[in-house]
Amino acid sequence: MFYREAGDFKTSYAADGQTFPISFDKARYFFVLFIAFIIIPLVINDYWEKSILIPFLVWSIAALGLNILTGYCGQVSLGTGGFMAVGAYGSYKLMTAFPDINIFFHIVAAGGITAAVGIFFGLPSLRIKGFYLAVATLAAQFFLVWLFNKVSWFYNYSASGQITAPTRTVFGIEVTGPTAEPWATYLFCLVFVFALAWIARNLTRGRMGREWMAIRDMDIAAEIIGVNPLKAKLTAFAVSSFFIGIAGALYFTVWFGAVEPTEAFGIIQSFRVLFMIIIGGLGSIFGCFAGAAFIVLLPVLLKNIFVGMLGWPTDLAAHLEFVILGGLIVFFLIVEPHGLAQLWRVAKEKLRLWPFPH
Amino acid sequence: MVDFLIFLEVVLNGLMAGVMYALVALGFVLIFKASGIFNYAQGVMALFAAATLVGLINGQVPFAHMISAITGVKVHHFGWHINAFLAIALTGLVMFALAVVIERYILKHLVNQEPIILFMATIGLAFFMEGFSDLMWGSELKALDVGIPKGIVEPLDEATFNAFGYGMYIDWLDVYATAIAIILVVSLTLFSQYTKTGRALRAVADDHQAALSVGISLRRIWVIVWTIAGIVALVAGIMWGSKSGVQFSLSLIALKALPVLILGGFTSIPGAIVGGLIIGVGEKLFEYSIGPMIGGATENWFAYVLALAFLIFRPQGLFGDKIIERV
Repeated sequence: MFYREAGDFKTSYAADGQTFPISFDKARYFFVLFIAFIIIPLVINDYWEKSILIPFLVWSIAALGLNILTGYCGQVSLGTGGFMAVGAYGSYKLMTAFPDINIFFHIVAAGGITAAVGIFFGLPSLRIKGFYLAVATLAAQFFLVWLFNKVSWFYNYSASGQITAPTRTVFGIEVTGPTAEPWATYLFCLVFVFALAWIARNLTRGRMGREWMAIRDMDIAAEIIGVNPLKAKLTAFAVSSFFIGIAGALYFTVWFGAVEPTEAFGIIQSFRVLFMIIIGGLGSIFGCFAGAAFIVLLPVLLKNIFVGMLGWPTDLAAHLEFVILGGLIVFFLIVEPHGLAQLWRVAKEKLRLWPFPH
Repeated sequence: MVDFLIFLEVVLNGLMAGVMYALVALGFVLIFKASGIFNYAQGVMALFAAATLVGLINGQVPFAHMISAITGVKVHHFGWHINAFLAIALTGLVMFALAVVIERYILKHLVNQEPIILFMATIGLAFFMEGFSDLMWGSELKALDVGIPKGIVEPLDEATFNAFGYGMYIDWLDVYATAIAIILVVSLTLFSQYTKTGRALRAVADDHQAALSVGISLRRIWVIVWTIAGIVALVAGIMWGSKSGVQFSLSLIALKALPVLILGGFTSIPGAIVGGLIIGVGEKLFEYSIGPMIGGATENWFAYVLALAFLIFRPQGLFGDKIIERV
């Protein structure tokens, strides 16, 4: 009834090409922003911050990054955990080396460092693809984690081999460290998520995104019509790693505060992000958020059901979580290979015609 | 002379570790050739097979933990011990059932999907089976003993010590593993060369559609191939399990098999063997000669970096088919 183009006249190209062409969509978008920026910071508490909202935001950024590479450019990467580690250690080194500079710039710079590392490990993609590339990115995963474990310069020679985020402020408000308020850390992450999602959305619908998609759909044909594969693949690796690096930096500084590479950035994290984009939808910005929300909420939900309501031991719930997660992945790939984003799209199509479907 | 002996020892141990990698890689190659699926779950299949074997031998009650959580009944063991050979045969049956279930509920629905989708489906399958295996048999470290001798090969140790003053260390288990792997590979080769089913397998590997058109049932072939891969996984699981116990890290050998495949080529059985040997020897030698200089534990990544370097010069692997691309 409300959700349709009728009566919504476009009089310029800019208006025609906008992200949300339907006014109801636009209103909904601003409504979500209003809730996220104004309402949630007022009601947030420690539990929601640490176990739901911050994980959701951080994983959303990582999923955006991987989706750019895998969903838009078609290059499968299993090195997400390693690239997140680069972001985390990059931000740590910058934070401790230049304590006077605002942490915001450290995190962006950590993203930049990760982008450079990503380009380096993306070089093989010019010659190989598919599983072969997946194995090449595995090399990045294992090598980087090993590097951060063995070279003590990266963790400033601390005895435990851990890195711990010092307390830092933005506009005089603490955003890292044990005493940071939940609303401050939440808003800090949210700003990154908002900016990066905006960048991702606009990159993917512009020239660069179309080049990526051409490479994804058929690389040789793309090359013949004049897409430079070197440029397209390496920019995809760079942008993707930039996002993942920022996710890793936030993961370390804001969410955990102290990490140890083998546990925090293991291959399991690479798979987690891959699952997010499969369940959410490959090649969709909305899908990144949907997938991240799904993967973050599923364990919380299962834990509440099995441990909280049924009183089962936690290890049993953890095993069941694996079974359910694996089953869901297969289920999604069989039933809806385009993920939650496709369900959303179908729902919107239906809404457009509602209540007269014919 | 002692230096040379140490070097030889490192190489021999590397070769034997390589045989283990080759065993896992073999399972990958079989499935990849027959169905074009890169089966990430191969390592977890080895874990599941080994855990099932231990459970059967010890008479463990499946899902004991879950049963006690739901009903409050405490059950652990049936209180019997099954003969190891019988248990291995039973586990083989379980792997066959698993192959049927996988074909029926997953592969059938994913025919004609892109390879990368199939790959991700097997990652999902790997997670599922990992959780399932833990639910069924428990996640603790389990000792597996099917009667393969363990420990140092004493005659060799004594002979080299008497002759050169340095006793070489070779484990009996590795020797047996190598022998069993060789038997397995030879019998697989004979099977695929001289039996009707084997010929059908090769036909499917060559061309799916042509095989279909001469009346070979793809679904039956897939069940057979996954069963064989399951049995290879069982053998690999027994070997690794006897060596270092049955535990989660067993499933990580699947990841080690990836560089092996890159080196050997995804479609070549001899390639899997040679690739496994190269990786095994290479990583032991690298750890022995360069490892101490850069902090050790290089085995974690050496194989992948070697594969990466390899990919740049010969993407199809040593024995793989040449990659031809058409628009």
